[in-house]
Amino acid sequence: MMMKTDLVVIGGGSAGLSAAIEARKNGVEDIVVLERSPYLGGILRQCIHNGFGVHKYKEDLTGVEFAKRIADEALALGIRCIRNTFALDISPEKVVTAMNPEDGLFQIQAQAIVLAMGCRERSRGALMIPGTRCAGVITAGTAQRYLNLEGYLPGKRVVILGSGDIGLIMARQFVIEGAKVERVVELMPYSSGLARNISQCLEDFDIPISYNSTVVDIKGRGRVESVTVAQVDAQRRPVPGTEFHIPCDTLLISAGLIPENELTKAAGIAISGTTKGAVVDDSLMTTLPGVFSCGNVLHVHDLVDHVSEEGARAGANAARYLRQEPAPAGDQIAVEDGFGVNGAVPQLIRREGPETVQFMFRPRDKFRSCAVCIDRDGECVKRVSKMVLAPGEMCTVSVERSLLNTARDKIALRVEV
Amino acid sequence: MMSMEKELICINCPMGCRLTAVVEGDRVISVSGNVCPRGDSFARQEAVDPLRVLTSLMRIEGREKPFSVKTSGPIPKRLLFDCTREIMAHKAKLPVHVGDVILHDVCGTGRDIISTQEVLT
Repeated sequence: MMMKTDLVVIGGGSAGLSAAIEARKNGVEDIVVLERSPYLGGILRQCIHNGFGVHKYKEDLTGVEFAKRIADEALALGIRCIRNTFALDISPEKVVTAMNPEDGLFQIQAQAIVLAMGCRERSRGALMIPGTRCAGVITAGTAQRYLNLEGYLPGKRVVILGSGDIGLIMARQFVIEGAKVERVVELMPYSSGLARNISQCLEDFDIPISYNSTVVDIKGRGRVESVTVAQVDAQRRPVPGTEFHIPCDTLLISAGLIPENELTKAAGIAISGTTKGAVVDDSLMTTLPGVFSCGNVLHVHDLVDHVSEEGARAGANAARYLRQEPAPAGDQIAVEDGFGVNGAVPQLIRREGPETVQFMFRPRDKFRSCAVCIDRDGECVKRVSKMVLAPGEMCTVSVERSLLNTARDKIALRVEV
Repeated sequence: MMSMEKELICINCPMGCRLTAVVEGDRVISVSGNVCPRGDSFARQEAVDPLRVLTSLMRIEGREKPFSVKTSGPIPKRLLFDCTREIMAHKAKLPVHVGDVILHDVCGTGRDIISTQEVLT
């Protein structure tokens, strides 16, 4: 027998729970959240550091506290969260196929779906690092799990490849828990993490960072014994003769996150080549009507506060869709990435809708004293000054829809230096 | 007295404002670059005696997995490792709730170690 429900939310992390909470507050009674793990809260459960919730709760919380707060809110609203449940497939007719130990394989016919599956870490295999296949090469998030959830310190002498936020947070925590962090190695000339994390995680503990460098070899019998680091040229290729060895027992990889969109692709939903997330309009609806996407499965965020806010928007818009409010008239306008802009979301703008449209994107480089320009058919209609832009920090700009909805051809975002 | 400029990054929130503090001896004369009042007070403290919230893990009697804790407020950066040693030396008792005080006035900082995680069994 097929279950029927108004809204299925896939993923019980901060995006999915925020979507479910907001949908319920907007009158959706029949909601099912499917969560793969035995717990709600997603990756926040292993983030014991603080700095979460400053925008949403006006409080400085740890990730664990944030996760509990949002899960408690969902449960207090009586939202049905089915745990230990793996979603296998979404059909174009919005039938979700899932399985768990109690019910085996089952199907749910949804009227609307919110995709909130989060993201996955780039691994050694994805980076194609040569060397021995020894133990001790793990992603930063895996190390975080071993340490914070299982209680094992996975190394004593650590090198970190990549300066993503999780790697920086783990650098600090390894030092606090008694390990030595030898060095952070970053391929690019700048960090991909937040400025505050470079300051409070590396500089506080005198951990050196090498920019324009990468790991070119891993040596070890059974366990990592050393890694070889080399500088790279402008094309990011290792420069012969610049190699040096760092003795260590662990290599942490913190080199980016990839939205986990296997289900999205299976449903035939269009995926953006730049964000690796679904193509969405400004209501966060994908190219399959009634299916919305939010959080790190849409595009990788820096802050859980933004994930939660985006989840809430997806939930409210799903509620609107379920009330069968008439879809805005007219075609949608395509959004393009111009100079300095990478992966602007949303990729499509409706001609009608709420008064303001919010864009998010990652700057392609570091820019100082610059502006973000929004062009309508090649003519700048909005210019927002920015003191600093950096690839490690998502940029947000809001624009009046009335400035955009008369576009004949396209809208473009660009950085003006 | 000679004044000098200190470049700081505000760690209050993930905005990460770039601050400039003008310091004379152990006095902060002016702060710029902040977008909110917290940036101003952060720079005035940071330039003289930096403070940090410590988050770490503590063991529980009779349980293999640890639970997460934090200081009830920022403590002097120079005492981070002393406080970590206190946390590692202690074993909490079940049950633990979010906000429970586990250790009072850790290392004379006037701050407590409080639980950030619920562990009932």
